Amino acid sequence: MKLKGKAHKFGANIDTDVIIPARYLTSVDPKELGRHLMEGLVDGFAKMVSPGDMLVGTTNFGSGSSREHAPLAIKGAGISCVIAVTFARIFFRNAINIGLPVLECTQAEEIEEGDHLEVDLASGEIRDLTRGKTYKAVPYPPFMLEIVQAGGLVEYTRRKLAAR
Amino acid sequence: MTLAEKLLAARTGRKSVSPGEFLSVPVDLILANDLTAPLAIQEFRRLGVGRVFDPKKVVLVPDHFVPAKDIASAEGSRVMREFAKEQGAVYFEVGRAGIEHALLPDKGLVHPGQIIIGADSHTCTYGALGAFATGMGSTDVACAMATGDTWMKVPHTIRFLYHGRLPKWVGGKDLILFTIGQIGVDGALYASMEFDGHAIKEMSMDGRFTMANMAVEAGAKTGLFAVDEKTLEYLRARVKGPFQVHTSEGPYSRVMEYDVSALEPQVAFPHLPGNSRPLSQVGNVELDQAVIGSCTNGRMEDLRTAAHILKGRKAHPRVRLVVIPATQDIYLQASKEGLLEVFVLAGAAVSTPTCGPCLGGYMGVLAEGERAIATTNRNFRGRMGSPKSEVYLASPAVVAASAVLGRIAGPGELGL
Repeated sequence: MKLKGKAHKFGANIDTDVIIPARYLTSVDPKELGRHLMEGLVDGFAKMVSPGDMLVGTTNFGSGSSREHAPLAIKGAGISCVIAVTFARIFFRNAINIGLPVLECTQAEEIEEGDHLEVDLASGEIRDLTRGKTYKAVPYPPFMLEIVQAGGLVEYTRRKLAAR
Repeated sequence: MTLAEKLLAARTGRKSVSPGEFLSVPVDLILANDLTAPLAIQEFRRLGVGRVFDPKKVVLVPDHFVPAKDIASAEGSRVMREFAKEQGAVYFEVGRAGIEHALLPDKGLVHPGQIIIGADSHTCTYGALGAFATGMGSTDVACAMATGDTWMKVPHTIRFLYHGRLPKWVGGKDLILFTIGQIGVDGALYASMEFDGHAIKEMSMDGRFTMANMAVEAGAKTGLFAVDEKTLEYLRARVKGPFQVHTSEGPYSRVMEYDVSALEPQVAFPHLPGNSRPLSQVGNVELDQAVIGSCTNGRMEDLRTAAHILKGRKAHPRVRLVVIPATQDIYLQASKEGLLEVFVLAGAAVSTPTCGPCLGGYMGVLAEGERAIATTNRNFRGRMGSPKSEVYLASPAVVAASAVLGRIAGPGELGL
């Protein structure tokens, strides 16, 4: 599956409080959560997102709280995937679990704001069309790939339960 | 093997496990709160199973936005309350509860050797009692409620050794803020942090809970302490043993050693828990609010320390002081010891247990341009309210002294 969109670039340690502040956590609706995505950092950010756009961070993306509302808000705002040098572990799990693609890429820092990107989820290839560069994401461990291929943890677990 | 490896090996019936290995692990306790349970329950329903795997191992605690702060949070709490009743899960109602990570150990639900997962990042607190405990999201918790197990990657272990005796007014909060300052907020990403050394052996259980609690602020999966006489003493009144006790043998990915005999109280500047500085290098930081409480520092020792400093003193006229005992039992004990009276006489707003202000929920949200010092665990941008407010993290001793002086300061400036 190929994703296409432009990059919204952020720095290091983008925490889940910034991604979606706690005052909105009484909702579990991705669309509603998406309207407030990153609003503490960039005023009106959700309105700047076109469907398919990508978030690009550097190190420790998604640190802090375990709120699954964070990847839900990202998905709900129309973001197709998140690319970062490293991810905080709970955020990484949550994203995989709800079917939001997250790509770990050591060269993510080279991607700039507004770059047009093309991501091949099967091969893990990230093409920066603006800069004419190609990067490779760290492949998922086989165990995690099964969850991704199932479309998320709920579907994966349903199959596991059915097999018991 | 390290503590984390031994705990995971023991519960999966293996002779040994290695860092990086993926395991399916049985869980002994699963936790969710009023913010994360509604989403977990929604996903649990999608699984198409009627019942949780073991209702005695599923614990639901309303603590973040309770007593309900608005209609939406009341609805979330209701979803959780009704699910708990339907499933026969362990549930603590408002007025009989408190902040989950202070409540569960105190109620005897946590003991050494358990595997605990919670839909709350500070679930790692239980590492203080030698349990392998880690935070996850709502969907992970939903699936574990159905199956009784979860997948985990065996973490590598970073060992922290603290040599020497901690100076007066320096405790667990200062040690963990100092440590995160040293290694950075992702310095222990995916790792197990193991805490040991003379200063740890002398540390109270409350201090250890504080340290394990903030392991996640360095990116860690868990923060572990070896079980010793102090742990067993804490457990004796609460849980029936015997417990399997492990000693750590390594190998470790890193060993960090610090002489802490001259360590100063630490203050983490906005907007990262890793921006810590010794108190002497803080400068003049004037305050609008001081918060004492949370899953990090709302326990008896924290309140006793704060009361010792506040006794016979008043909060600075500009400072709104908010004190929140972490559980109902702590609230009652603080009342019996006269601590609540000390706080009220000092001009503090004393609240019923809640996570409230720590995450900008309610009970002390900051306006634009305001500055708070807090015993909480995170000072991210906008964490306590306006994105244009500031939060400084410190120990109960420093927060209490700062409340009196109206600027960040230690008890030493009060002649204590």
